[in-house]
Amino acid sequence: MKKAPGYKDIPIGGLIIEAGNAEKYETGSWRSFRPVRDDEKCIHCLICWIFCPDSAIIVEDGKVVGVDLDHCKGCGICARECPKKVQAITMVKESEFRE
Amino acid sequence: MAKVRALTGNHAVSEAMRQIDPDVVACYPITPQTELMQKFADFYADGLVRTELICVESEHSAMSASVGASAAGARVMTATAANGLALMWEIVYIAASTRLPITMTVVNRALSAPINIHCDHSDSMGCRDTGWIQLYAENSQEAYDHAIMAVRIAEHPDVLLPVMSMLDGFILSHTMERVEILEDEQVKAFIGDYTPLYPLLDVDNPVTYGPLDLQDYYFEHKRQQIGAMENARVVIPEIFAEYGNLSGREFDIFERYKSDDAEVILVCLGSTAGTAKVAIDELRAGGIKAGLVKLRVFRPFPHGELVEALSGARAIAVLDRSASFGAEGGPIHAEIRSALYGRTDIPVYDYIYGLGGRNIFVDDIKNVINLALEGKAGEMNYIGVR
Repeated sequence: MKKAPGYKDIPIGGLIIEAGNAEKYETGSWRSFRPVRDDEKCIHCLICWIFCPDSAIIVEDGKVVGVDLDHCKGCGICARECPKKVQAITMVKESEFRE
Repeated sequence: MAKVRALTGNHAVSEAMRQIDPDVVACYPITPQTELMQKFADFYADGLVRTELICVESEHSAMSASVGASAAGARVMTATAANGLALMWEIVYIAASTRLPITMTVVNRALSAPINIHCDHSDSMGCRDTGWIQLYAENSQEAYDHAIMAVRIAEHPDVLLPVMSMLDGFILSHTMERVEILEDEQVKAFIGDYTPLYPLLDVDNPVTYGPLDLQDYYFEHKRQQIGAMENARVVIPEIFAEYGNLSGREFDIFERYKSDDAEVILVCLGSTAGTAKVAIDELRAGGIKAGLVKLRVFRPFPHGELVEALSGARAIAVLDRSASFGAEGGPIHAEIRSALYGRTDIPVYDYIYGLGGRNIFVDDIKNVINLALEGKAGEMNYIGVR
């Protein structure tokens, strides 16, 4: 494993001087439930994309194409906000994806 | 050319602030500092400064406003005393740890309880581990000079730490003295323009201040602060020398008064150094080789230089104007003993004095020096307590 930078190599005062670098911090391992989206049910209303606090819903050309599992913490907001008549997202225990 | 004025310590510092003309000043009254900010507010009302003067609702807010303004990229000053400093405490640490070069004058006053408005050093000595550089003034002239030099020390790129400049409450703050005031242009040229490293208002280069910093990096940031304080040891004498040339007054990290050939050396700081000089002159007239080391910079503590300055003596007496409850002696004593440990076995006697503004007299100091010389003092002593 690469050694983390030392005190001479980091900005002073705990400052973060690189905008948007939170993306480099992969928080996906915090997840205990994974959102699983049924593409047949999804109406691409993008409500999940609006509500996701981690910008983890991947949208291409106005359509939901997947979830960024490197950053999704599994909060379940997407599943909760998915319209009642649609219910395209199910939260599945992360352990079920393990070998 | 400098002007000679008759000024109180508070007024002298407010003159320095007028000449520095900081971008932002956070202002909240507390005895004995109130008059300092009141004078500065007069300058503000008269249009003599371009400062944004923020009248806040508490000292916690004063330091918070200072932190915010400094992070935004402003040159920031504030002032407080005693319980006001205590209320600031949380943010005092944050200012230093965020590496914001704020400068603050502390008009030393005893901490409550019981309530007391007079001078001791319990307020600023309690701050000795907050990561601020600390300068102590003997008189109003030094309080003025330190306020100006503090700006340069704090903003030096190798330092970037806040600086706290102390003057003794009432003894200096409310007493009129002869003070030489530099020309406004001289001060402005000396302090120069401030170019902040990471100003929040630079929207083209966005930065985050105050993020979470856990087991992975917090330690490294503390190590940086320790390094910055070490860098200050190099930077402070350079700035003292430069200001010395400008003002014609000499500044060293500590002052040696007749200590070079002294058999007994007294160590103290603040206005008591003036009284001590009279005591030492009188003892010398009586054939006793006494000397004084007056501390000016308490953080970073000049341990190496002090060993050199003190090791010729037979005995050392330390005057502490604050107690460190449960510790072995007061804060200055602990630092001196630690500096000398393993390098010399000269006895060091500590004297706690002047708590809550109790006066100290020339005869008290002569007595301290005589007892130290005769080896008759205990390790812990008190002057004038009943």
